[in-house]
Amino acid sequence: MATELRDESRMIASILAGDAQWFHELIRPYERRVYAMALSFLRNEADAEDVTQEAFLKAFRNLASFRGDAKFGTWLVSITLNEARSRIRRRDALQMESLDEPADEEGHTSPALLRDWKEIPSEALERKEIRLLLHKAVTALPLIYREVFQLRDIEQMSVNEAAAALGITISSVKVRLHRARMMLQKTLAPQLQQMAPKRRRWAW
Amino acid sequence: MVIECKHVWAHISGYLDQTLPPEVLEQVEKHLAHCEICSAILDSTRNILILTADERVFELPLGFSERLHARLEEEINGITP
Repeated sequence: MATELRDESRMIASILAGDAQWFHELIRPYERRVYAMALSFLRNEADAEDVTQEAFLKAFRNLASFRGDAKFGTWLVSITLNEARSRIRRRDALQMESLDEPADEEGHTSPALLRDWKEIPSEALERKEIRLLLHKAVTALPLIYREVFQLRDIEQMSVNEAAAALGITISSVKVRLHRARMMLQKTLAPQLQQMAPKRRRWAW
Repeated sequence: MVIECKHVWAHISGYLDQTLPPEVLEQVEKHLAHCEICSAILDSTRNILILTADERVFELPLGFSERLHARLEEEINGITP
């Protein structure tokens, strides 16, 4: 994201000084990221769009409390997380998705054992079934792992940024990310591996 | 020092992020050189991360941006932050 070329602090100052139209410009580069995060947590397009709107409205209303010591993007991400979490609490009260740490956070996830691995090329993502497998596996992760995975491995945020956005320690980010990756390997590697031999005519 | 497979699994994430301390990295690499199971675990994890990162490329719902900015415009006209 080429945010470095945009003078966000100047835009924010202008908005706070009364030129509120700058807010449209300020958030443009973040629309996709905020929506992607909301979608990953809520697993539903309509809810994700609602939460995205709420998050941006909240950011606008609370802009005066934004401190320049964090990146604007990180601040937005943490607002989005809070919105998504409270939405999940309300919506999933019946389904009981736990926001708490699973009791076995310190435990180990054993990986799927394979003797050899055939690389699945990125172009394979054009295949709907592979996209679906990936999407299903990511959304099936417990929330505390899904949010870390989303920020680090999908949004490519740094460990420090992810820790700041989630309000957890750097070492928690690392532990949770490792567990998330191992869970995905365990679920996905056998599924993807099974698809590979069927597709010999694609060179992989 | 020779390390076991289980020990290597605990370091896969650190290995991929290149954050392992040099002495651990050396042990892990030594192990990977002769263990095809751990090598397959590492390769599959790396490959899965590359594939999921490509998931970022998805279509926003039609009219998403227009609806968002229209909603913001209402708010902007209503109050000042």
